[in-house]
Amino acid sequence: MTSAVAILPSQQLAALNEAYRRAVARRRWRVLLGAAVFAAALVIAAFGAEVNLKTFFTYLGNFASYFDRILKLDDGSRVWTNFGEWFWGWQKWLRLLGETLLISYVGTLIGTVFAFVLNFFAAENTSPSNWLRFVVRRLMEFARTVPGIVFALIFVIAFGLGPMAGVLAVAIHSTGALGKQFSEIVENAEMKPVEGVRSTGTGWVSCMRFAVLPQVIAGYASYALLRFEINVRESSVMGFVGAGGIGQELVVAIRKFYYSDVSAILVMIVVTVFIIDITTGWLRGRLFGRDART
Amino acid sequence: MSQLPKHDTAQLRAKYPDIFERPASARLATPVVALVAFAVFIFGLDDLGFSPTRFVSGLRQLGWISMMMIPPNPGSSLPTYLQALGETLSIALLGTTLAALMALPVSLMAARNIIPSNLLRFPLRRFFDSIRGVDTLIWALVWINVVGLGPFAGVLAIAVSDFGAFGKLFSEAIEAADRKQVEGIRASGGNALHEIRFGLMPQVLPVIAGQVLYFIESNTRSASIIGIVGAGGIGLQLAEQIRVLEWQKVSFLVLMILVAVAAIDWISSRLRFAIIGRRAVA
Repeated sequence: MTSAVAILPSQQLAALNEAYRRAVARRRWRVLLGAAVFAAALVIAAFGAEVNLKTFFTYLGNFASYFDRILKLDDGSRVWTNFGEWFWGWQKWLRLLGETLLISYVGTLIGTVFAFVLNFFAAENTSPSNWLRFVVRRLMEFARTVPGIVFALIFVIAFGLGPMAGVLAVAIHSTGALGKQFSEIVENAEMKPVEGVRSTGTGWVSCMRFAVLPQVIAGYASYALLRFEINVRESSVMGFVGAGGIGQELVVAIRKFYYSDVSAILVMIVVTVFIIDITTGWLRGRLFGRDART
Repeated sequence: MSQLPKHDTAQLRAKYPDIFERPASARLATPVVALVAFAVFIFGLDDLGFSPTRFVSGLRQLGWISMMMIPPNPGSSLPTYLQALGETLSIALLGTTLAALMALPVSLMAARNIIPSNLLRFPLRRFFDSIRGVDTLIWALVWINVVGLGPFAGVLAIAVSDFGAFGKLFSEAIEAADRKQVEGIRASGGNALHEIRFGLMPQVLPVIAGQVLYFIESNTRSASIIGIVGAGGIGLQLAEQIRVLEWQKVSFLVLMILVAVAAIDWISSRLRFAIIGRRAVA
């Protein structure tokens, strides 16, 4: 079957074209203006960050050759030709990686417990009083905005060098981040069960335990696992400031130009992060269905 | 008063067998997992050198440090700090922009609906993952070896580590785009580039812009710490003042970081609302 495409008379067409042109022109102007402002900000930033394109292009070769160097053993052969030589310190490094994992595990768990206790006070629909909510929210904001490694720097001085400072830094940062996510889950919870439990005449704690908790616990576990994954990455650098884990070895290797050690430790970190990502992803999928996996 | 009907337990049992007679594996799973988690926790505390005396004396130290921090006071170094803060903001902005510019073309290649073959997609995805597995601070150390100390190394560190994150996020955004517009372009005779430019980009760009803005905010935080390893910005000052125990200056610097992050947060969420609408952000 054929049908004719209606062709508008040219007068009508001209009016429509004109209107379209004007509508597009206004948007184009706005986009152009935004782009100009952005470009100006970039130029200012480039001066601020002392960007020097000449240095960049002179040294860009260094970046490639750096990776070339870290993939060579001391005798000049490629690292993968001699695994025993490449991973010569694997026992020490594995132990330190284990310490890194423990730091993030213990830190995440402490953070989860604190976030669990605090989040009911921070959520709009369950907090017993307004001023309490305000105080708890500000505290959690502080805990998650100050970077974990800054806490680590201060804790190293207060608690001494070692993984304890790293654990506490991870714990504080996790408390802030998880507290916010947890309270957002609570704010999305259904309030009817709470009314039901309250109508039996019981107190606030029972309301939380029997009406809110069953709705939110799966979400909590999912976010805590995700946080663990993030914390593994973060605790791999805690050693930079002396707060335990593999970071100490890495920073020594990089600063003292032990090239093949750098690549060996990096490979071990990346593989560990992979394994943790896949395991927690699988676990979250197992526990909470496929949606939770992303 | 009316009497509730009497329960017939046997009947209820027959009706809901999975509530009354859960298998032992289901009943035991939670306590066993909790017990194992707790055991690992205790082992960790022990292995990582936790001890009550150390903890208490550390807390006392920490209390003393907090007392010393009040009131925050920059001394005579306020201009230096403001300049360092400007450096930090510049690093965040440039690093994120650079990462987004690099990631956009590569993420197109890693999206299933553009290149259906797994041959390119799989290695690219793993490549993004391994870049993301390495923390920004580590990248900063590597770049310092290449371009020397200073903020430029910080820009490159943020650019590289965000390249991994953006590659993943962008290619997921592209895969989530609607096919229909693309098919429309093809039906009207467009080639592959037209399909991407007119079918895909209008859908994907707002999402990408939102993600970039969000990352500028979170990179302000990252950029404030990469100075700790010598890659420029306010972190350098912060680490130095902590090392010499100038606590009033430390608290002032931390306050500066908090204010800067809050300001960037405010600006970027405003812009995000303007670009993709209030609803889509939440």
